[in-house]
Amino acid sequence: MMKPCLLALAAVAATSATMAPTGVQVSGWARPTVNGQSSAAAYLVIRNYGPGADRLVSVSSPAANMAGVHRSQISGGVARMRSAGSIVVPAGKMLAMAPGGLHVMLMGLRNPLRTGATLPLTVLFEHGGERQIRLPIQMNAPYDQPHGH
Amino acid sequence: MTNPMDTDPPAGHSNLRRVRLIVWAIVLIALLALAFFWLRPVVSTSGEVTQRADPGSSNFQLGGPFTLTGADGKPFSSASLAGTPYVMFFGFTHCPDVCPNTLARLVRLRQQLGKGETPFQIVFVTVDPERDTPEAVGSYAKLFNSPIIGLTGTRAQIDQVAKQHAIYEAKVPDASAPDGYTMDHGAAALLFGRDGKFVATIAQEEGDEAAIAKLKRITA
Repeated sequence: MMKPCLLALAAVAATSATMAPTGVQVSGWARPTVNGQSSAAAYLVIRNYGPGADRLVSVSSPAANMAGVHRSQISGGVARMRSAGSIVVPAGKMLAMAPGGLHVMLMGLRNPLRTGATLPLTVLFEHGGERQIRLPIQMNAPYDQPHGH
Repeated sequence: MTNPMDTDPPAGHSNLRRVRLIVWAIVLIALLALAFFWLRPVVSTSGEVTQRADPGSSNFQLGGPFTLTGADGKPFSSASLAGTPYVMFFGFTHCPDVCPNTLARLVRLRQQLGKGETPFQIVFVTVDPERDTPEAVGSYAKLFNSPIIGLTGTRAQIDQVAKQHAIYEAKVPDASAPDGYTMDHGAAALLFGRDGKFVATIAQEEGDEAAIAKLKRITA
């Protein structure tokens, strides 16, 4: 009884997703690295089409031992990088990470990230659940940096 | 009005006390301001270099000769930069955001200058020599597909060169970072002319147009 019901729900969700976006959507890009470099940055664009605020719980990648959201800050001419703490995206809002600010720091890279390849990433949200994505690897931000909706 | 401060009529004494409090507050603020200006980093955001690095000397010259270690593991002397304009940036290879942003930007600006591939050299000096071996700075420098000189050295050498260039650096414990620490570092790029004399800085928040104008000055 339960299974067909869930399947039907999933089907409805899938068709509605193609018409109007729902829930949390994630895209972004990652910086290339070279041999021997153990850290890299990825920049996520999180769009929350859900009914309520959602919180980013964790980021992980099979390409790295550890990943976390960090924030770069430049003040008084000094660059600092710290753990970003809780990342919450309000309903109907978009959060765009960008160079020089919020970024996902990948630590303990297993292999270099090559330009043109993609980086697999698993992003977990408190309400929206898990998203499996593949980010393009490129040196500079995509030409069309996202703007608020 | 229900402000508790205003419902206290014994006037004379409380007014005096209030004046005394205000005076002490002013003294405290003045002391804090003094401490702030004394302790703040040596390179200000405006790109002007203050002379805090060596307060004892009135004619502190930013830069000057140095010896570090090149990507090949051999000593690198600043003498090998003689006759070449160069831009110096301090960072570390475990810095995945600000450092590659800056180096990628310098490479892009150098191409935009339209004076051939290397109208000036880009010199990257690590502030994290404990982790950044010659090979590490060398391969990091190769990331940008354009010539960059990557330099490391002993901790004492790096500290000396950072001081010479008025670059703030500090190791900061951070459980969320690789090896449990991160580095804070001066984020400005320092521009030197053909004669090795300091000309200007490019701050992170500075626009491309202003940066290009400065780069034109050192490559004129």
